[in-house]
Amino acid sequence: MSETLRVEGLQTHFFTKRGTVKAVDGVSFSIDKGEVLGLVGESGSGKSVTGFSILGLVDPPGEVVGGRILFQGRDLVGLPDEEMRALRGARIAMIFQDPMMTLNPVLRIDTQMIEAIEAHEKITRESAYDRARAALVSVGIASPDERLRAYPHQFSGGMRQRVAIAIAMLNAPDLIIADEPTTALDVTIQAQILHEAQKLCRETGTALIWITHDLTVVAGLADSICVMYAGKDVEQGPIDAVLDQPLHPYTYGLIGSVPSRNSRGHRLYQIPGMTPSLIDLPPGCAFRARCARESDACLTEPPMREHVDGRWTRCFHPHVQTDEAPA
Amino acid sequence: MSDPALVEIRDVSRRFIKHLDLAGKIAQRFGADVREETVHAVDQVSFSIDQGEVVGLVGESGCGKSTIGRMVAGILEPSEGTILYRGKQLTDMSPDEARHASLKVQMIFQDPFASLNPRMRVADIIGEAPRVHGVVQPAEFDGYVEEVLQNCGMDPSFKLRYPHQFSGGQRQRIGIARALAVKPDFIVCDESVAALDVSIQAQILNLFMDLRERFDLTYLFISHDLGVVEHLSDRVVIMYLGRVVESAPTETVFTQPVHPYTQALLREVPRLESRHADFQPITGEIPSPIDPPSGCHFHPRCPHAMERCRTEQPALREIAAGHLSACHLNESH
Repeated sequence: MSETLRVEGLQTHFFTKRGTVKAVDGVSFSIDKGEVLGLVGESGSGKSVTGFSILGLVDPPGEVVGGRILFQGRDLVGLPDEEMRALRGARIAMIFQDPMMTLNPVLRIDTQMIEAIEAHEKITRESAYDRARAALVSVGIASPDERLRAYPHQFSGGMRQRVAIAIAMLNAPDLIIADEPTTALDVTIQAQILHEAQKLCRETGTALIWITHDLTVVAGLADSICVMYAGKDVEQGPIDAVLDQPLHPYTYGLIGSVPSRNSRGHRLYQIPGMTPSLIDLPPGCAFRARCARESDACLTEPPMREHVDGRWTRCFHPHVQTDEAPA
Repeated sequence: MSDPALVEIRDVSRRFIKHLDLAGKIAQRFGADVREETVHAVDQVSFSIDQGEVVGLVGESGCGKSTIGRMVAGILEPSEGTILYRGKQLTDMSPDEARHASLKVQMIFQDPFASLNPRMRVADIIGEAPRVHGVVQPAEFDGYVEEVLQNCGMDPSFKLRYPHQFSGGQRQRIGIARALAVKPDFIVCDESVAALDVSIQAQILNLFMDLRERFDLTYLFISHDLGVVEHLSDRVVIMYLGRVVESAPTETVFTQPVHPYTQALLREVPRLESRHADFQPITGEIPSPIDPPSGCHFHPRCPHAMERCRTEQPALREIAAGHLSACHLNESH
């Protein structure tokens, strides 16, 4: 399979008055054509900033200070604004948590969709309209002609998110970055959106980065997973392997924290404490203070290492591989 | 007969009416198509909660679950129907008795940022109600607040701080402490863990379980998250557009759901165990409660809809011991 995106040692820092916030501090992953990567972490883990960095959407005081973002072999870090703008929306698209970040409330849907097409190619208005219509149909919107003439406030939340997905798909991008697109939606509507996303990747070969805090969504959707904690990737691998036999204590705790069929009547596994402030992180492993397996070795920063084939983790004391699944 | 249920809701309805303003009235005079809009948020709902039980109330946006929670907690008056606390209505009690009874019902809200007064210290947020209601003697006040904080897993020294100095999880603990401070029997939790990160959510869920055991609490746990409800509840009530569609012990709901809506909902819950899933969602949107579909509210999205479903509302009936469902299909079995 061909590689769509490779991120190497990405570092995005925010230079604030209170100090430097290392929002992303060393993240690497790669994603192939048609693959779905789940980028998982809690608030403040840097997962969204990673997405914004790829698209070149980090504004001052934030800055990409290190690493490479290779999109189809081309490094996007330091790419001139014009070239980045040509890629954004055409080859790389983004779906935000709040669809109103994508949609302009005072413009009709057709205006917005046709504009997105015309920004990237010379095309007649009619064929642009046809393509916009086809995109709406493909995300399951009934009576597309009527819907194209509507304004965003006339849509429900789930419909707006579909329109946002349709806009992301308009130019048949090679990569879509979706930042918690279903978090605000109801379960049945979420399932519809996941269905569309899955169909898109299978049919068009678009690579998809699905950023979320919800492990259960990633479990059903993704092929591989990258878990982030305090700005770093702490564990990576194929979805089945990571969820069945997590190596990093944080991943292990996170999986145990999810209430499930088997947890009824029992206490949930709980990770003590809370996520640390990203200003003045102590040296060494950032998870040390909350970790049950912590030792003196953890006072130095653990490197990302490959433990088994395709299984990477940033930990000196990974959970040993046994047959038992985490409780 | 056994003791009356701790809380019983009988045929409770709640309507919200948007009255016409002056411009609307004038427009109507001139023949414009404007009417008063009525939202049937809750439509003839009945269920009861026994002492010590945890009842999960589940449904999607607009199904009326929060409205029920607010009515049970006494924040909102029902438009019709009665709510009984230990077999008695608040209006039938003496003022003293009624005040005592409503103090025994407390609520924990979803948003830990909006539900705490930013200008009050933690000690006052937690301590105000017990002081006013005489739950605690003035001399014991400080010690009492510290004890409640500790029960909720917080450091007693936090009592002099303000809400903005805490993280989301800690604020939720303050909200829980505030509810516990008046020694309630019954707590309504309205999406109380929905805004929290997974690891913090686990901490709060564990706290709920510990507190239940320690203080013999009864919960009405309102949530859209079926995983959380399955974890915590003894019994689950499922709502769709203002009506109860199914209600049964947790085990039964999750293993043998009978209502097509429950079945669809369960199929679509993402789970850790279901990998590389093929998402086959039910189609359609949740209809607006201003203009709900006729007959069974679910019929436009239901794969089994028959002619009868379009016209006749199915009654909620017991199909097995403790298992209620409102669907015409139940009769053909």
